[in-house]
Amino acid sequence: MTLVWLILIPFIGGLLCWQAERFGDQAPRWIALGTMLLELLMVLGLWVSSDFQLPAEGAASAWTLEWQADWIPRFGIQLHLAIDGLSLLMIALTGLLGAMAVVCSWKEIVRRVGFFHLNLLWILGGVVGVFLAIDLFLFFLFWEMMLVPMYFLIALWGHSGSQGSSRIGAATKFFIYTQASGLLMLIAILGLVFAHHGATGEYTFAYADLLNTPLSETTAWWLMLGFFVAFAVKLPVVPLHGWLPDAHAQAPTAGSVDLAGILLKTAAYGMLRFALPLFPEASQAFAPVAMTLGLIGIFYGAILACGQQDLKRLIAYTSISHMGFVLIGIYAGTELALQGVVALMVAHAFSAAGLFILSGQLYERLHTRDMRQMGGLWGRIRGLPGFALVFVAASLGLPGTANFVGEFMVMFGAFGVAPWIVVIASAGLILAAVYSLFIMQRVYYGPPAEETPLAGLDRRETILLFGIVALVVFFGIYPQPLLDTSASAMQVVQQSVQQAAAMTGGAQ
Amino acid sequence: MSDVVNQGAMMALLAISPLILVCLTVIVVMLSIAWKRNHTLSAILTAVGLNAALLALLFGWTLGTVDVTSVLVVDDLSRFGGVLVLMSTLACVTLAHHYLEGYEGPRDEFYLLLTSAAAGGLVLVSARHMTTLFFGIELLSMPLFGMLAYTFRDRGALESGIKYMVLSAAATAFLLFGMALLYAVTGTLDFAELGAALSTRGSDPWLLAGAGLLLVGLAFKLSIVPFHLWTPDVYQGGPGPATTFLATASKVAVFLVLLRLFQSTLAFHENWWHDLLGFIAVITMLVGNLLALTQNDLKRLLGYSSIAHFGYLLVALVVNQGLAVETVGIYLVTYVLTTLGAFGVVTLVSSPYVATGGTADASPLHHYRGLFWRRPYLTAVMTVSMLSLAGIPFTAGFIGKFYIIAVGVEAHRWWLVGSVVVGSAIGLYYYLRVMVTLFLHEPGMQRRDATHDWAERAGGMVVLGVATLVILLGLYPTPMINWVNWVAG
Repeated sequence: MTLVWLILIPFIGGLLCWQAERFGDQAPRWIALGTMLLELLMVLGLWVSSDFQLPAEGAASAWTLEWQADWIPRFGIQLHLAIDGLSLLMIALTGLLGAMAVVCSWKEIVRRVGFFHLNLLWILGGVVGVFLAIDLFLFFLFWEMMLVPMYFLIALWGHSGSQGSSRIGAATKFFIYTQASGLLMLIAILGLVFAHHGATGEYTFAYADLLNTPLSETTAWWLMLGFFVAFAVKLPVVPLHGWLPDAHAQAPTAGSVDLAGILLKTAAYGMLRFALPLFPEASQAFAPVAMTLGLIGIFYGAILACGQQDLKRLIAYTSISHMGFVLIGIYAGTELALQGVVALMVAHAFSAAGLFILSGQLYERLHTRDMRQMGGLWGRIRGLPGFALVFVAASLGLPGTANFVGEFMVMFGAFGVAPWIVVIASAGLILAAVYSLFIMQRVYYGPPAEETPLAGLDRRETILLFGIVALVVFFGIYPQPLLDTSASAMQVVQQSVQQAAAMTGGAQ
Repeated sequence: MSDVVNQGAMMALLAISPLILVCLTVIVVMLSIAWKRNHTLSAILTAVGLNAALLALLFGWTLGTVDVTSVLVVDDLSRFGGVLVLMSTLACVTLAHHYLEGYEGPRDEFYLLLTSAAAGGLVLVSARHMTTLFFGIELLSMPLFGMLAYTFRDRGALESGIKYMVLSAAATAFLLFGMALLYAVTGTLDFAELGAALSTRGSDPWLLAGAGLLLVGLAFKLSIVPFHLWTPDVYQGGPGPATTFLATASKVAVFLVLLRLFQSTLAFHENWWHDLLGFIAVITMLVGNLLALTQNDLKRLLGYSSIAHFGYLLVALVVNQGLAVETVGIYLVTYVLTTLGAFGVVTLVSSPYVATGGTADASPLHHYRGLFWRRPYLTAVMTVSMLSLAGIPFTAGFIGKFYIIAVGVEAHRWWLVGSVVVGSAIGLYYYLRVMVTLFLHEPGMQRRDATHDWAERAGGMVVLGVATLVILLGLYPTPMINWVNWVAG
């Protein structure tokens, strides 16, 4: 039942927030914060009490905890939840970033506070559902469901008006991109289910059953593409990234934190959990294409980031660049690269969240995100520029931060599989340094636009930022707890990739 | 001997008793109006009669398939359709009672028309002969002319009524001509015998022409492209309760008779028929969705969206194997519930009726701006309906869409599945637009509100109940699936 509560707590907390609005604006905030901390504590409790280091010997059940109940027997659909190291890490991340999102919107959101937190918590609930569901129908349900509150978050509390693009337009774009690609995944899921039905005569959406569906090569290829497109839109992979800069630019800070910190990770999670193990051979064949797309993403994101005037758009493009590394790591398929992906996902969640929170705080003080109107802020705001330097350094992958660990492991792990891709990708790191320094230069150094000092960081903001910095540095120096937790889950993925490689190798 | 006859007659009477009860209701309400005009009394009598019919229908379920004369058959499918028709009619009655309160003309006759139309719907879902098909369609449509133009001092309503009447008459002509051709070639009007004739002499051009004309007539009622042109105007102009009936009960009944035709008529199993129908399905969903994009009028928008939804439903007819019948059933249930929710909110916001020069209903989208901050629960109903129409998970609409995609994937009809996806993606744009309008807050705009006591009204309760059902069936669709699965056999 713990797993069910993990999903239910945010939903219930959201409803409470909505109703608590009648007791004033503070009540929903505290309830939301309490809800997310409770969620976080539950996950951490689970983390401490369970042992994830066991390799899945014989792989009878790779799950640490499992819960299932019949739901729609007509199609063999079950409410089937399970957790392993990977999902646990992701849920812990969700809880943590959820709490941060609540804290960082403490002063930013002043209208309709209750409804705002309802949406915020329901997004997080949906995300937790995505990380826990291992019935494909249920997974799809959560995958699509989390879009609705995100849509509201951007459309109702977003910022309007950077160069003619409205927040509603951005929200709609986000929704249509992800929903349409989600339907492609639904088609692929159904295709898989009917293929399984054709082979065994029974309907099932269970992950474990569908893993061993015999598929012809072309069918597997098409179905894999269906999954890949859905995940690629969310990650985002370059030709399908159109929604991301707009959504980030218009979203409120909490929305950006969730979007960059968690929602993008659901895509990587989906690839690791579903696209690779369900279609190992097809994925193996597709890997060069995917890695090339990742490579394009790294450069495209980095180059476009350099040309942005809007601070949040810039950070959004750097996300695209970082996710390129994630994509390369996932499709490289070696254990080192996969572990690197996990580390990079966690690291990027922290650094991107930190940068978005900072830009939110700048916006609260300057009422603009246009970098042309900034400059020289180092002397004007106490405390904030120092934190910015740390997150910028993390973003460019400076050793000592978790981002360095992740990127290094991805490159190291992928080198044996695709040396040229890694060689070219490492040039992308230079561009990362360029755009990171651009941020520092344009925003914090240079001649100040005005001389009047701005409000420094208050205690809430300082604690929040210190917390993230501590995590970035801690996992930069000692990433072993992360790696230990996800090791067995990544081994499973790696084994399926290896088998596929062996089989295709054998066929040739 | 006579016992056997009597028993058979009793069975038939029992099986057809819902129809008889609905007709009785018409007479009782008519007499009561003649005796004393009382709006509430008429509404209550109608509701009681319809509920009795619904109960009779549910109790009749144990009878199995009963042939009532050679032109009507009461089986699980017709009972299923009957339940949907009667439920939507009941919802319309409750909505109409609140809506008509502000109408200064005669109010009671609306219920007469509504109940007669429901009787037509009940005939239609039991039809297995061209005569009953024709009779049912006409009995369904004729009262609708009156209902749509009921508030005839409004130009919009009058226009909508007349437009529907003229175009409906044209469609009826097609229908009759088609039947005449079929009869001329085969000498029979029975569905099953027609099916047999079509399967043996399927290439006879007159036979095909007859079947084609018949389909045109039915496609008009379902507003399938290219016979959809009346839909937006009629939806926009008609009074709320009448439009609700048109969008739900009327369409369900016609679609079910179409399904029955397809089941018995084997010639439709030929390939080029399927390709043609598939093509029609694709353009119906695309045209419906594309035309809805730029609408600023909620009722028009819902009209176009209903066109698109019948495009999705056609996918099941095109496939016509495997899960198809089940899909039709599920989709109709979810469609009816969702549409009742959406139109119910429109009607409640427009209630009570206020006479104006143009259309009286709160139909322009800007009337709904910021409704959430004034009527949160009503807006929640509308939001749920929009999400369900868009097919978002955890609403009943998603289960419908899931079935449509499943039926397409199962039959490997990738073009159809692809256009369902494209259609849904386009559809999202305008459903989201409606949704976000409800939540925006821009003071000083012209707007309309539901009365403060809307939730205590019968109509309000129905709408809330419908929205709850949409969510519940989205969360736990098993009862609905079991029911429909059993009906589909």
